[in-house]
Amino acid sequence: MFRIERKSGRYPLGINPAALLVVVFLIAYPMFASDFFTFQVGAYPLILGTIALSLTMLAGYGGMVSIAQMTVAGFAAYIVAILGTNSVGVMGLGWPWWLTVIVAILGAALLSTFIGAISARTEGIYTIMITLAIAVAFFYFVRQNYQIFNGFTGFAGIEPPTLFGVYWRDPTPFYYLTLAIAAFFYFAVRYGSRSTFGLGLQAVRDNPRRVRALGINVFLHRVVAYFYAGIIAGTAGVLLVWFNGRVSPGIVGVDMAIDILVIAVVGGMRAPIGPFLGAIAFVLLENFAIDLIDRERFNTVIGLAFLLVVLFSPDGLLGLWRRMESRIRLPRANARWGVRANRDDWHPAGSPERM
Amino acid sequence: MNEPGTAARAALPQAGQFALELNAVSRHFGALVAMADIDMTVRAGERRAVLGSNGAGKTTLFNAITGDYPPTSGRVRLFGEDVTYLPVHERIRRGLRRTYQISLLFSGLTVIENIFLACRGVGRGRHSLFRPRRDDGAMEMAETLLHAVHLDDRRDTPVAELSHGQQRQLEVALALSGAPRLILFDEPAAGLSPSERGDLVEILQSLPPHVGFILIEHDMDVALRVAERVTMMHNGRIFKQGTPDEIESDPEVQELYLGHGDNGGGRA
Ligand SMILES: Nc1ncnc2c1ncn2[C@@H]1O[C@H](COP(=O)(O)OP(=O)(O)O)[C@@H](O)[C@H]1O
Ligand SMILES: [Mg+2]
Repeated sequence: MFRIERKSGRYPLGINPAALLVVVFLIAYPMFASDFFTFQVGAYPLILGTIALSLTMLAGYGGMVSIAQMTVAGFAAYIVAILGTNSVGVMGLGWPWWLTVIVAILGAALLSTFIGAISARTEGIYTIMITLAIAVAFFYFVRQNYQIFNGFTGFAGIEPPTLFGVYWRDPTPFYYLTLAIAAFFYFAVRYGSRSTFGLGLQAVRDNPRRVRALGINVFLHRVVAYFYAGIIAGTAGVLLVWFNGRVSPGIVGVDMAIDILVIAVVGGMRAPIGPFLGAIAFVLLENFAIDLIDRERFNTVIGLAFLLVVLFSPDGLLGLWRRMESRIRLPRANARWGVRANRDDWHPAGSPERM
Repeated sequence: MNEPGTAARAALPQAGQFALELNAVSRHFGALVAMADIDMTVRAGERRAVLGSNGAGKTTLFNAITGDYPPTSGRVRLFGEDVTYLPVHERIRRGLRRTYQISLLFSGLTVIENIFLACRGVGRGRHSLFRPRRDDGAMEMAETLLHAVHLDDRRDTPVAELSHGQQRQLEVALALSGAPRLILFDEPAAGLSPSERGDLVEILQSLPPHVGFILIEHDMDVALRVAERVTMMHNGRIFKQGTPDEIESDPEVQELYLGHGDNGGGRA
């Protein structure tokens, strides 16, 4: 695979100039982008990317493809609407925002743990089927339950708090909020991939049988991974309901669940930056493909893009980017990406090494 | 147990002195009887070789002991405790280790990460969200094992890039992690070069005396050099047990096994 030595002492102060450029761009972005671009093209992909990151963690590092990560995020979104305030007149218990947020994230993490406990004894296609079944069941449940989830209509009028004199749903502060949270989880996953737990998770992916023979409880390891993935997806779910201002069954429907899968796969599951690349591509397509084709055809475009990426680059945009770089001259840039490729050197689902 | 030669050790061992006791252990795969009615004891610290042609049930025996494929009937006792219904990882935490006939390694991780996980797996902090520090106990042990199996210069190499022999050596390192009391080696020398075989024998001979092992090995030189006792299997049953000398000079063994020459190694 991408074999490049992993020492990265080649940059002054050990800082990679391209990464620095990206950071500067991300921080400066709202200063030159319009409100629409800051909110819809800036904050939204960061939220979707964070949800997809939770899937990348499970699938890329743990070998567990869960379709239900959107369900977990959506559950957090619902909890915010139910425990906090909404304009629908159903539930809206008016809890303080911080308590609502904590309960929403922990609730999502518990749901994720529960999903993990149900599915962690299965492998491959069976994990996909079980988590898909859970996602579909949850969708129909919230759509039919009017007492708590307000059924088909769902909830509207959900607002982030006004704190420090800032209305956090204004595009610029909201963008920075999502950027901070996305960056936090990005670095957490990146760091965690080489933690004891993270190494164990990748070992479980590579060879569960051998992991048992090292004294590690594979089932427990998987379930704990679902818990952490639930924290990530749940936090993103809170951002999502603040972003939309509303939540309805559509958000936990199969369409959205598949979108998250597409984002993670198209972006590339070999490194935690993948889901964010996928999310940006997805949102750009969603916003601008509409100008070229009918709204109804959007899914066709997404489907085609998905097919192309899966066919031509099993490790997504990330892999495409790396391959281009190594073909075209930039040996230095190649080395830079190679460091990551090397550190997270894992095999996308379906590659022969994993069989 | 009807093992001759126990007199070689001073007294009859007490139950607590057995590392392993198998009582009428059988394993079926559907209609296939891979292993039937195995009675076997291994004393703490004993070095045992298991011989037998391909398909004799040797690996199945290991799988029953570790719980990879638990026995369909019979009892397994480890260090005096009945572990027949314990999951694999619980048996490992009690001091059991094994290698696999076909290397089972973590291809996406580096050599040192593989060994580190093995050392951490049997200790505390398996779920730590922190990266291991250099002075972490498990990491220090991993470095020691890395050196012991001569993989120092492949420390940060992804396992997928190791040669066959190096993967076999890594298998051995994983089995030596933590504080093993009984190690099951499943054809560790298969596919090794003569010099690598020498290294392996050296490692086996230099294990501390309280560490017992069972070694499946087709290479009689290796097996008879390191073993105190030999168990011969045939068609899923124990065929003969005895000292290396007794086994080597047994006419039935000669007929059945040695007579066929080395028919091992190539089989998956
Ligand atoms: N997991 C399994 N499923 C079905 N049959 C098996 C399995 N493992 C072993 N066997 C069968 O059990 C018999 C003994 O195999 P094994 O223990 O691997 O032999 P050995 O290690 O002595 O060469 C063989 O006939 C083999 O095909
Ligand atoms: Mg075998």
